[in-house]
Amino acid sequence: MCALCGILGGSDHWTDAVVRPGVFTRNTDAAARRRERMHRVAAANRILKYFSMSLADWQGTSFVLSTSTGKTELVDDLSHLWSAAERLGGKPCDPLDEKLIASLERDCG
Amino acid sequence: MAEPMPDFTPVILITGCLGSGKTTLLQRLLREPALADTAVLINEFGEIGLDHHLLERIDDTMVLLQSGCLCCTIRGELSAAIKDLHAKRERGVVPAFRRLVIESTGLADPLPILSTVHADPVLKHHFRLGPVIVTVDAVNAMGQLDRQPESIKQVAVADRVVLTKTDLAAAAMIDMVADRIRRINPAATLRRSADQDVDAQALLSPGAFDGNGAERWIAADVPPKPDSHQHGDRNRHGDDIRAVAFSLDDAIDWTTFGIWLTMLLNRHGDAVLRVKGILNVAGTDTPVAVHGVQHLVHPPTHMRAWPDADRRSRLVFIVRGLDPQAIERSLRTFSLAPTRAASSASAELAC
Repeated sequence: MCALCGILGGSDHWTDAVVRPGVFTRNTDAAARRRERMHRVAAANRILKYFSMSLADWQGTSFVLSTSTGKTELVDDLSHLWSAAERLGGKPCDPLDEKLIASLERDCG
Repeated sequence: MAEPMPDFTPVILITGCLGSGKTTLLQRLLREPALADTAVLINEFGEIGLDHHLLERIDDTMVLLQSGCLCCTIRGELSAAIKDLHAKRERGVVPAFRRLVIESTGLADPLPILSTVHADPVLKHHFRLGPVIVTVDAVNAMGQLDRQPESIKQVAVADRVVLTKTDLAAAAMIDMVADRIRRINPAATLRRSADQDVDAQALLSPGAFDGNGAERWIAADVPPKPDSHQHGDRNRHGDDIRAVAFSLDDAIDWTTFGIWLTMLLNRHGDAVLRVKGILNVAGTDTPVAVHGVQHLVHPPTHMRAWPDADRRSRLVFIVRGLDPQAIERSLRTFSLAPTRAASSASAELAC
């Protein structure tokens, strides 16, 4: 358990799967975990930008999701990210949204 | 020398409409000597349970859950029954079973049952989901699929479909039912059961959720190549369930894929009945298999080798009420950066 936040154990979300034979995961060692977290923050921010939000690493254990107006929420992993983003932003975060897709296409030139 | 016990006991779900032959299939499977070390959990809807009497082997590893439909009323009882079986196995009170088969009522939605095994804090350390086997009655299937939404969902989430009563149905009807099943779920293997020809070992093999079995299921279930698909809307049965299969030429960034799929399932998880695929993940030599049912995604499997020379990522989505082309376009766009996707082929199947 984390003495600071009281979170029991680690995440068992599929994107952070526990290492065991046959399972693909980036959750292999401290360096790989940190690398993946940095990459995840960058990749998520590319999408969250559209919703005027941003994500940052928090102590290597969680993430801080923030809106442009200063509202923040701590999220453990990707399973909680999008529901938290919808709650903070007050609107759906839909990857099938035509406007979002068009915006990402424009970003990629 | 006896084969060592697996670290995780596979849980195999057998479901299908009322009268579709679930118990008959289970009877036949349990007669196989190789499957003797199988625990069975039967759920019946109604006050008097009969199915367990129809099965010949009655012992402590056969449990009847009788207080209602498994998916909506007795998930706690299911969890408790599996834990009880596990505890008895650990104490040596019941024979050491290698697999657990759950036969659900014909009314059951498979997802809550799968979720119970997947998410229960105790069960997930001892059990792993195995294949979902769905029995479809070749004589009555067309009417059942028209009238019972649960039956369509059962087919949609199946890993393996067993077409039963094929000895009673006309050949044309069997072909029609098989075609409809293929349209609903092109990723499931389809076996025709004319009594003696069901390969029990293959049917109950761990399949997609087990790293050791990944090559086997991908060889059988690999999404069809796009150029083999028929295009256009073939939704002639009026179902709003559609399947889309597409491929991506370039390697996928794993992190971006995770962000995209979690975002999709957060918003549309109830409508994504099934996702299944093999991915060419940037930075890895061998493919990664992903497999999910609605909000539930299994730990990704790192396969030992590609099943063939094709190195493209291949995905199948079975969705209800969503535009399949929007899913494909969305993933392609998300994948544009940092690993920009090149040209790729696509196809759509409508159920």
